[in-house]
Amino acid sequence: MSALNELSRLRGGKQESTDNKAAYLFLLPWLIGLLLITIGPMIASLYLSFTDYSLLAPPEWIGIKNYVRMMGDARLLNSLRVTFTYVFVSTPLQLALALAIAVLLNRGMRGLAFYRSVFYLPSLMGSSVAIALLWRQIFGTDGLVNQILRGLGWANPPGWIADPSTALYTIVLLHVWTFGSPMIIFLAGLRQIPTMYYEAASVDGASKWTQFWRITMPLLSPIIFFNLVLQIIGAFQSFTQAFIVSGGQGGPSDSTMFYSLYLYQKGFAQLDMGYAAAMAWLLVLIVGALTAVNFILSKFWVFYDD
Amino acid sequence: MTDLANQPVPAATTPVVRTPSKRRRINNPVMSIVKHAALIAASVMMVYPLIWMIVSSFRPTDTIFRNSGLNLTGLTTENYTFGWSALNYPFSHYLINSAIVVIGCIIGNLVSCSLAAYAFARLKFTGRPILFGIMLLTIMIPYHVVLVPQYILFQQFNWVNTFLPLVVPKMLATDSFFVFLMVQFIRGLPTELDEAARIDGCGHFSIFTRILLPLMVPALATTTIFTFIWMWNDFLSSLIYLTSPETYTVPLALRSFLDSSGQSNWGAMFAMSVVSLIPVFLAFLFGQRFLIRGIATTGIK
Repeated sequence: MSALNELSRLRGGKQESTDNKAAYLFLLPWLIGLLLITIGPMIASLYLSFTDYSLLAPPEWIGIKNYVRMMGDARLLNSLRVTFTYVFVSTPLQLALALAIAVLLNRGMRGLAFYRSVFYLPSLMGSSVAIALLWRQIFGTDGLVNQILRGLGWANPPGWIADPSTALYTIVLLHVWTFGSPMIIFLAGLRQIPTMYYEAASVDGASKWTQFWRITMPLLSPIIFFNLVLQIIGAFQSFTQAFIVSGGQGGPSDSTMFYSLYLYQKGFAQLDMGYAAAMAWLLVLIVGALTAVNFILSKFWVFYDD
Repeated sequence: MTDLANQPVPAATTPVVRTPSKRRRINNPVMSIVKHAALIAASVMMVYPLIWMIVSSFRPTDTIFRNSGLNLTGLTTENYTFGWSALNYPFSHYLINSAIVVIGCIIGNLVSCSLAAYAFARLKFTGRPILFGIMLLTIMIPYHVVLVPQYILFQQFNWVNTFLPLVVPKMLATDSFFVFLMVQFIRGLPTELDEAARIDGCGHFSIFTRILLPLMVPALATTTIFTFIWMWNDFLSSLIYLTSPETYTVPLALRSFLDSSGQSNWGAMFAMSVVSLIPVFLAFLFGQRFLIRGIATTGIK
């Protein structure tokens, strides 16, 4: 018995070592990428965040000065406010709309494939410069939206992109317009829920509304949670839309100055790369903290069916 | 069928269970009409901006701002001929640049991500749980944190104003999302095939190339189409690494319409925007199946 054990352990050990060699060969490109393109730069970025560096002279160690400067940088604090508003208005709206439409498009419905395509298409184009340019026209002072509003009798509609109080919300709308990809994920999730749950519930006299909250929501909650986490992380990094809509300036009066746009300006327009690195690490900390909070909160509303 | 319906059947058999759901659907023609009306209204709102842009791209610039409708009179292709040659280089130059970047990235992602995915999905090796965890984490790490050091690195390689900073990271499987997608896909394939091949004397590499890769075509297609669309639309890294107009990709070229002609030539800008969206639309048209399957299996994007 023991000899057999020994043998099988030996064999297992041998097999594992041959697999090791093969596995690391297969992983080689990924490992090089991980070290050279991801982890290495992350560490370098952490180091640079404690330096004054402008590409022209070697980095100079200045301790936590960049971080201290950040705390007193009014434009940076404003960009945080703008980004938080953007993330926490657009993400819930986008996901709620995606969920609502996905539930409406229930299985076997006539025209499902058509609606699905129409709603999905914008999400493939939403991050392009072309659409951001289109948005700039649509929500311009004399753009499409205002032509329609004037046609409806509103003589002086807002300037939307030209107006600091509304400019950000045009970008929020652009994000909501791309609800198609979470919708597809929700549709796939809904298909996993057995029909018999709904049939049993309707036999018991439960309304559609009750069925939605008692069956659909709990069973879909892991998928909603996963999307919430990833959409929040993604939204924090939004760049193209704000850049194009505001012509690269984050205006009017910094109302569309996203955090990533400010980071770009600091690092690549003003070559204040130490400061940009510090900003990048603050972003990691914020996103990490929010993700952690999300995971903690998930205990109260996410339901795992196993 | 009629016999069955008339007979007192036990509650558990299918006809009885099915009737309520069928009745529910047929019973609400009004609800169904309302629902379709709402969905059609929503669809129109979703695509109206796109259709309006296409129609406007055939209008003289001075009339774009006066037409909110889709009136098809007085259309002209002038914007296209003008826009095509309005920048430093003809627009085809930027299309070719974008195509080179996109093709390089697709090849890079296909090769490097599938290699890594095979190791994660099929091979036992020391450190696998940790490395797999790291791989999942890197999906979530904000790109900005590596932006500055990566720029410094590639600048020292003298890679600024070449396509290498965009393509080389893909050859090193930095798009973990696709590794994850392929791992999920390989896990769904029966291991009996690998084992049979191993017994026949195949090594890991031939199992990978001869058995798994052919079966992975749907996952590879998803990767191809997503990489295509994301890199075609990519703006931030192009903006940083491609600074001379000769190397501009399509998004940078479009953006320079904004710089050079400002507000004045919306017609040309719209025309070239439409040109830039055609490949995305085609990818959507022919690849929709793979895109939908891809995001449904990973639950991401």
